[in-house]
Amino acid sequence: MRLQTGEIRSSRFWLDTLSKIWAWLFLLGMVAFFSVAGDGFLTPFNIQAILANMAILMIIAIGQTYVIISGGIDLSVGWVMGMAAVISATVMNRLPESSPLWLVVLSGLFAGLLAAWIAGLVNGILIARLNVPPFIATLGMFGIARGIGFLLSGGMPVPIYVRGLGFLGNGFLLYHHPTAGWSFLSPPPGLAQAELRNLTGYFPFVVIVMLVLLVIAHITLSRTKFGLHTYAIGGNKEAAMRAGIPVERRLVAIYLLSATFAAIAGIVYNVRFTNGAANAGEAMLLDTVAAVVIGGASLFGGAGTVIGTLIGALIISVLANGLVILRVNPFWQFIAVGIVIIIAVLIDQAREKFAQE
Amino acid sequence: MMEKQNTGTQPVLQAVNLTKRFGGLVAVNNVSLDIYPGEVVALAGDNGAGKSTLIKMISGVYRPDAGHIYLEGREITMASPLEARSLGIETIYQDLALCENLDATVNIFLGREPTKRLLGLFKQVDRNLMLAESNKVLDRLDIHIPNLRRPIRQMSGGQRQAVAIARAVYWNARLVIMDEPTAALGVPEQRKVHELIHTLKRQNVPVIIISHNLQDIFAVADRIVVMRRGHKVGDVPAGEVTDDDLVAMMVGSA
Repeated sequence: MRLQTGEIRSSRFWLDTLSKIWAWLFLLGMVAFFSVAGDGFLTPFNIQAILANMAILMIIAIGQTYVIISGGIDLSVGWVMGMAAVISATVMNRLPESSPLWLVVLSGLFAGLLAAWIAGLVNGILIARLNVPPFIATLGMFGIARGIGFLLSGGMPVPIYVRGLGFLGNGFLLYHHPTAGWSFLSPPPGLAQAELRNLTGYFPFVVIVMLVLLVIAHITLSRTKFGLHTYAIGGNKEAAMRAGIPVERRLVAIYLLSATFAAIAGIVYNVRFTNGAANAGEAMLLDTVAAVVIGGASLFGGAGTVIGTLIGALIISVLANGLVILRVNPFWQFIAVGIVIIIAVLIDQAREKFAQE
Repeated sequence: MMEKQNTGTQPVLQAVNLTKRFGGLVAVNNVSLDIYPGEVVALAGDNGAGKSTLIKMISGVYRPDAGHIYLEGREITMASPLEARSLGIETIYQDLALCENLDATVNIFLGREPTKRLLGLFKQVDRNLMLAESNKVLDRLDIHIPNLRRPIRQMSGGQRQAVAIARAVYWNARLVIMDEPTAALGVPEQRKVHELIHTLKRQNVPVIIISHNLQDIFAVADRIVVMRRGHKVGDVPAGEVTDDDLVAMMVGSA
């Protein structure tokens, strides 16, 4: 017996292809444009700056990718990040001055993670057990985390007085100086203060952290049972349940994961800017959802990839950087991102409509 | 088929005096049902006759208030549909319960994915094994679907039904229950589903099919069980009744 599908209609084929590659083309086009139009865009220094500046966005967007694929949304990520940043900054300041740097950072990370896990657990239980729509549950957490962050910090940024922290957050794996040569982890010794401006760094620490998290999250999503179940839950939750997938447990884990990445982003903020602020992640909601959706995820659930989200985050970061280089008022960036996200959703809807026909 | 029952073959499934009440309503009243190997039994009846409730007791969704269920001679009790599945009772619901964003191989293995270790580090879903095994089971059912790696969304209604049946059969179903399998299909696709049911039958897998469609029933069933208001009012070989007899039993004018 043969069960043949009808011929693939060429319009659907083109729409499908377009929906898969438009973000890549858009990114390439933008890079090409800024390279030609902007002075100093395509330099190792600037490219590393783009990557370092997108680290926080990308790390949170990884969690948001899982959430959106599962058919939900996490509105609370930005304020959970801020809350974690404030708590971790406070803990870092409380440690004795003699504590080694790694202990300070790990203590801060752990404190921030603990707070975020409570938020993620509450989100997950509300959504998985009590069937609260993700939009509502995480909107509630948005307010709660925001309030806690501001209460703990008294509404002010919390400066962190830990020596060497800023070096870690803004440091590089490799340094090169025209006369002193290469060095590993720290600038060549014996350089005069004035000579430091000729120093070039390669592989910023925060970019390395981002890439490691990205690779782990990508492999988990594309190759493990957990990843497959995330897609299944987003595609048809009822079917996933009937097939014996522990849907409740998976959903709680997904929201915990999202909160975890938000907390890690909070610590990255701490070490990069040597302070913690409750509103540190205010822009993250729009930007992470934009990155995920531009990256080909469906707000209906069931589709999306970590690599796609990376492309989305790159588009946002390149746009922000390129506009500055062209001396355009950076506030235009919000408008541009807003327009790109709407285009992405329109393409997603058109694809969905075709799929149902 | 009737001979088979008379020669003393053991039934695959025996439901004995099943009763299910919802408050004051007796949805299924003291119904017994035997299903023999390789037999296709159609469950007919008007809406509210108790067909679905009966099936849900057999597939582990409801616990019977009274009565016993025996699978290959052993009494079984099921706390959930998952338990029924693990015993080999596979139910294919009307909506098929497929994840349309995933491909056929993943759907066949959903919830029971095989894994292999990658670099000894973590367990990765073994997609190649899933594809090879999916091809095997589809071959066994004589189904040919071009490109199993396409999402279900891009498949026809008949292909989807085939995937759902393949999923049930792969896990060594001892009994397949199909709820309105042709309800959403066009005529050519309905025929294909009929062929699939015949294939299952040839492989000695018994099938219970719930259907409103008399054409369906006469195309595939060996035996027809008719229910009305919670009672079993008829249990007849399909060859010995007409459409009119059936309708008469269903509405109670016989």
